[in-house]
Amino acid sequence: MAIFLTKESKVIVQGMTGSEGTKHTRRMLASGTNVVGGVNPRKAGTTVDFDGTEVPVFGSVKEAMEATGADTTVIFVPPKFARDAVIEAIDAEIGLAVVITEGIAVHDTAAFWAHAGAKGNRTRIIGPNCPGLISPGQSNAGIIPADITSSGRIGLVSKSGTLTYQLMYELRDLGFSTAVGIGGDPVIGTTHIDCLKAFEEDPDTDLIVMIGEIGGDAEERAAAFIKENVTKPVVGYVAGFTAPEGKTMGHAGAIVSGSSGTAQAKKEALEAAGVQVGKTPSETARLARAKLAGGAGA
Amino acid sequence: MDLFEYQARDLFAKHGVPVLAGEVVDTPEAARGAAERLGGRAVVKAQVKIGGRGKAGGVKLAADPDDAVAKAGQILGMDIKGHEVRKVMLAQTADIAEEYYVSYLLDRANRTFLAMASVEGGMDIEQVAATKPEALAKIPVDAIQGVDKDKAREIVAAAEFPQDVADQIADVLVTLWKAFVAEDALLVEVNPLIKSGDGRVIALDAKVSLDANADFRQPDHAALEDKAAADPLEAAAKAKGLNYVKLDGEVGIIGNGAGLVMSTLDVVAYAGERHGSVKPANFLDIGGGASAEVMANGLEIILGDPSVKSVFVNVFGGITACDAVANGIVKALELLKSKGEDVTKPLVVRLDGNNAEEGRRILTEANHPLVEQVDTMDGAAERAAELAAAK
Repeated sequence: MAIFLTKESKVIVQGMTGSEGTKHTRRMLASGTNVVGGVNPRKAGTTVDFDGTEVPVFGSVKEAMEATGADTTVIFVPPKFARDAVIEAIDAEIGLAVVITEGIAVHDTAAFWAHAGAKGNRTRIIGPNCPGLISPGQSNAGIIPADITSSGRIGLVSKSGTLTYQLMYELRDLGFSTAVGIGGDPVIGTTHIDCLKAFEEDPDTDLIVMIGEIGGDAEERAAAFIKENVTKPVVGYVAGFTAPEGKTMGHAGAIVSGSSGTAQAKKEALEAAGVQVGKTPSETARLARAKLAGGAGA
Repeated sequence: MDLFEYQARDLFAKHGVPVLAGEVVDTPEAARGAAERLGGRAVVKAQVKIGGRGKAGGVKLAADPDDAVAKAGQILGMDIKGHEVRKVMLAQTADIAEEYYVSYLLDRANRTFLAMASVEGGMDIEQVAATKPEALAKIPVDAIQGVDKDKAREIVAAAEFPQDVADQIADVLVTLWKAFVAEDALLVEVNPLIKSGDGRVIALDAKVSLDANADFRQPDHAALEDKAAADPLEAAAKAKGLNYVKLDGEVGIIGNGAGLVMSTLDVVAYAGERHGSVKPANFLDIGGGASAEVMANGLEIILGDPSVKSVFVNVFGGITACDAVANGIVKALELLKSKGEDVTKPLVVRLDGNNAEEGRRILTEANHPLVEQVDTMDGAAERAAELAAAK
């Protein structure tokens, strides 16, 4: 069944006619995603040809939803315009908004998050600054390469794109129900906990891999959630043990401030919740493999 | 980006937060004129981006302009927890009756903003939070609704500020919020916010951290950057648009994607435990694209670091397949050679992901004497650490 995204998902792309949007719409289509439209008010009424698939362009998210029944939007618009694009998606009450854009000002993200809350949280937001999510063999909303893994029974949630790819690749023979890149910004929509909850409830997921990194306390809160609510086996990995205090490590949210946000504290919290934490990505993959081989009781 | 106190104070003044007159100088002699203009008596404060400067002797009272020169002379050049004092701020003196605390910050966990306020200012607020949590009011602030007069009164009431300063503090909270939003700040903190002997509420210190992601609409922020403190390699990398952080080890690191690079540093550090305690020399994320030009720029920065003894190029081919990355590495080495740069440090390359076999074949055929391939990340880290330790 997968979480958040299935073969039934009808996907539109905000920013489809930009260079990144075009490139990744082509890739999404090639991996079997049902992309039903794009949004660009200046090009409404036109269509874009992707290797023989004509995708119509609409003037707004609302129009695209009315015309196509879209329930998912993938947002590639530049940081400057991202806040308005996400708010438009929220106002149209689309079910899932995947915000790929990197470099959105925190005040803008906080504003669209507050707006989503004021509108009753009808739209699940994933990202920003994330690779999106993929349910292999079903649908791919974002920029995760579809050809590095297969479908299977592992659920994966991660703050990092390439670490997600690395784990997906190492476990490609076992395969994934859904892999969700939740993003590396200090403020993000869908959290580790949201994904853990969904994977726990998903009958097609047997094991969860959770990847975290320095900054904030999302992993610690996820550990507390796992302890209380997750019965499926969880294997973890945390990046950034060698990161110096006060330096941003690539992701805007990846920063150790004083004694908070360290990788060590996250690892300890996860282990205290019974999560096996790998020392390297490859060791994490081996742990996941052993757990799955041992069955649910391992 | 964290600001110096004098820069933060300027931003406060710009948005109407009450501050005392002050001037920043970088030589003892310049302190004389500044003190004269401030009325003779002044507080001389070290400008460093670290807490605890008072205890370290970085804040002194000067009785007159001569004394200001002396005190500035004592403070300039001091080392405060590894931060060299290159500037001091001279500020008007204040007659302090009470010390309070107010701040706005990002609350990552709740994905909103937070106002914090306390009548127990003047000391380390983390200590107040730890030892007397009831003395620190924490009020969530909606990112859209912000802080108006009513919200400010709510914060004042929660922190139980005395009646005689309640209105003034509410005004400070409204203007401070304006500064927080207008400047795209991640943190604005006033500690202490004082009541003076004559009953005025004034921000006596100022701490501001700005969001680099908002630079596109904050053209004035570039000028606030502390160029003197920037590591020369970090500055050079920034000029090339590279995401680079200098560390103090011997194994140069290039990878694609922030998470994978962070992970690479860790894996190299573990390997280093078995090989002469070598450590990663840097963080460098060349992004998903990993083109030849970006690869060349990255290699140039890393090979220019004299402490680097070996280099670990760790790439996962996702969107960009490994054959393209391998061609990028080969071209990057040619590019460096054509620029006359002598590449003498060994490179350990690990390619994995899409078209990994083709990528490895390209590197094998190129047969560069300094390039060595290892197929796994853990194994490659081990080899890079070993090579660095052997040098």
